[in-house]
Amino acid sequence: MNILYDERVDGALPRVDKAALLAELRERLPGLDILHREEDLKPYECDGLSAYRTMPMLVVLPERIEQVEALLRLCHRRQVPVVARGAGTGLSGGALPLEQGILLVMARFNKILEVNPEGRFARVQPGVRNLAISQAAAPFGLYYAPDPSSQIACSIGGNVAENAGGVHCLKYGLTVHNLLKVEILSVEGERLTLGSDALDSPGFDLLALFSGSEGMLGIVTEVTVKLLPKPQMAKVLLASFDSVEKAGRAVGEIIAAGVIPGGLEMMDNLAIRAAEDFIHAGYPVEAEAILLCELDGVEADVHDDCERVRRVLEQAGATEVRQARDEAERARFWAGRKNAFPAVGRLSPDYYCMDGTIPRRELPGVLRGIAELSAEYGLRVANVFHAGDGNMHPLILFDANRPGELERAEALGGKILELCVAVGGSITGEHGVGREKINQMCAQFDADELTLFHAVKAAFDPERLLNPGKNIPTLHRCAEFGAMHVHHGRLPFPELERF
Amino acid sequence: MSPSSFDASAELLEQVNRAIAQRTPLRIQGGGSKAFLGRPVEGEVLDTRRHRGIVGYDPTELVVTVRAGTPLAELEQALADQGQLLACEAPHLGTATVGGMVAAGLSGPRRPWAGAVRDFVLGTRLISGHGKHLHFGGEVMKNVAGYDLSRLLAGSFGCLGVITEVSLKVLPRPRASTSLRLAMNAERALSKLAEWGQQPIPLSAACHDGEALYLRLEGGEGSLAAARQCLGGEALADGFWDDLRERRLAFFADPRPLWRLSLPNAVPPLALPGSQLIDWGGAQRWLKSEAGAEAIRAIAAEVGGHASCHDAGVCDSPFQPLPAPLMRYHRQLKAQLDPQGIFNPGRMYADF
Repeated sequence: MNILYDERVDGALPRVDKAALLAELRERLPGLDILHREEDLKPYECDGLSAYRTMPMLVVLPERIEQVEALLRLCHRRQVPVVARGAGTGLSGGALPLEQGILLVMARFNKILEVNPEGRFARVQPGVRNLAISQAAAPFGLYYAPDPSSQIACSIGGNVAENAGGVHCLKYGLTVHNLLKVEILSVEGERLTLGSDALDSPGFDLLALFSGSEGMLGIVTEVTVKLLPKPQMAKVLLASFDSVEKAGRAVGEIIAAGVIPGGLEMMDNLAIRAAEDFIHAGYPVEAEAILLCELDGVEADVHDDCERVRRVLEQAGATEVRQARDEAERARFWAGRKNAFPAVGRLSPDYYCMDGTIPRRELPGVLRGIAELSAEYGLRVANVFHAGDGNMHPLILFDANRPGELERAEALGGKILELCVAVGGSITGEHGVGREKINQMCAQFDADELTLFHAVKAAFDPERLLNPGKNIPTLHRCAEFGAMHVHHGRLPFPELERF
Repeated sequence: MSPSSFDASAELLEQVNRAIAQRTPLRIQGGGSKAFLGRPVEGEVLDTRRHRGIVGYDPTELVVTVRAGTPLAELEQALADQGQLLACEAPHLGTATVGGMVAAGLSGPRRPWAGAVRDFVLGTRLISGHGKHLHFGGEVMKNVAGYDLSRLLAGSFGCLGVITEVSLKVLPRPRASTSLRLAMNAERALSKLAEWGQQPIPLSAACHDGEALYLRLEGGEGSLAAARQCLGGEALADGFWDDLRERRLAFFADPRPLWRLSLPNAVPPLALPGSQLIDWGGAQRWLKSEAGAEAIRAIAAEVGGHASCHDAGVCDSPFQPLPAPLMRYHRQLKAQLDPQGIFNPGRMYADF
């Protein structure tokens, strides 16, 4: 079933007269940069999920919050849908435009307003890049912890909207754990402050609710993030295994030894080979799986933990355990992992990245399930896994130029996500639902749960003007998708062991 | 499964559905240990305590799933048996239940460094205002499918539904722990804390009682030894942090009403109308005072914080009033999730 907005199952959108809207915007917001010609709109027809494209009706690029405020008021009055976009790096189509809507680009709000070392926070505009915050904090020995792999380009407003993760989440948390305060504009253009400069604030925890709400409840106009002292030292161990099962068990053993690594990543053989070919990180290409385990903190503890983890890995059957000798080698070990997606991309004209999470103990069974599905659909799958926090990124290799392969890749991806749900996991750990996983939401939640999500939406945006069609499917779509039956224990994949 | 495990969700669901049908308000109650907090609720008692027991606990997954009526102490014991803990260090204040811990969202001395109760909530089961038993979030660390209702429920004082079960992230107990007392005034203590906050010192609690700064360090033996050497001070007896968390220190015996001020990091000492105790490295200040709510709130708001009253019956709005637009969205959210207004009406604010 197509994931592009379909009024028949996703709900009717208001009819918008483009010429009249453009004329009113120009009249009321004379300084606002508006794109309306097809050649100007073209670059905005997709975000990081480039397989899906829709031309927006208009693109606006405000530079002052007052413009956003006035724009939202005008759109509310005229009933024009608004899709917010940051840097456009999202991987789930969360910023996929609507033909009947305005694409509100927040990228020009790129100022760091304050870095406060005593208070350990930074106050920034939403278009500031994730990495730029850590760079601005670095002179004070501080940094912003969440580091999605797109951190060089992705913006903090988008990070809030997606509750972005990264490779250090087990120890340092997601975006939601690292926010103090977010300034919001409601659909009616009202200013709201969620959270506070203190560690908590009165009322419901709307900061938590808005984190990861995918631009459906309000528009982020300013973000205050927590800064942490940079760990004194970080060391990384690279362990090779002759089976994925052993590597998976080793992860549990590390945790059982009372160690919380800063990062703990797993790659399977296809991903290892691809990364090694591309980056020459020094990975063992004959290994069935590798684990990268980073230990960070105060020097004395890091040395102790390295020894502890090395013993655990050896006892868990690692065929080799290497510790990066210096910073250069550590950076190389990580470069292989951080470039795993483009590396796998070199094996195939196209790849499709999944984002399911599972309880770690289910890993061997899920990997077997993926291998079976891969054979069934005739498409190769490389596995990259945030092993510490259970977030899998299977990469499905396909060729969009071959008729039917994209559809097959989508179908395989959907099956993999349903497999994650079946073992008690989730269809998305950090990329978000967006449009991409809108159908799989029907597998993870039943009609009553989806109804409550719609009730939340109605509390903030009853007319569905903010990013309509994303994140939460209509019951109509789910009924049509026919996935309601794969819920709460009445699931497929009976061959899987359950614990 | 231990004999103290019982699934009473069916009877809880039945009681909620009866209340919805009859439009009778419910007063949701666990151990009643935080009854002093919030406004009084008129309603039929819905007692969660029969619905109890640990439903699932796999230490290597760092996740435990518990029924809401389980005593917090029982959960903590089960975690301790596996060398793990709830890092938010929530207070018991009597016989707290796990559901009450989440609904009240109170955290202990480790909060600024480890996170609050809400930061450890991974998933919940909830009886909704539509009379359905629903499941949100799950048992995995990362999960961004749908809105984050589980964390929204933390600190919502039962106003959005009945929490019946929670999945919580747990952590290994620190390998070593040591506590120090350093005689110094509050001004110097807060300025030192601002300085140390920018350094990788393994602090996990910091409190000042007017005379001395009390610190707890947690981590590996090596880092603790190094930090002790650099910080100096005298060793502090075990039990201090429990006494602080459970409000058993002499400070709390003062008969005047207890106020909690939540403030930004690095706010210097404040002249407050009463006696005070600084916790959370300065971000939480306890105040014993007869002063009026408005006066106390003005001081907190002036520096970017807020104040709540932790004694019953002192003022009509124990929680800091919300700005009008924010209150409107609170009311709308309450109306959507609890259309009959049966869950703890008025507990947080008179408006809902």
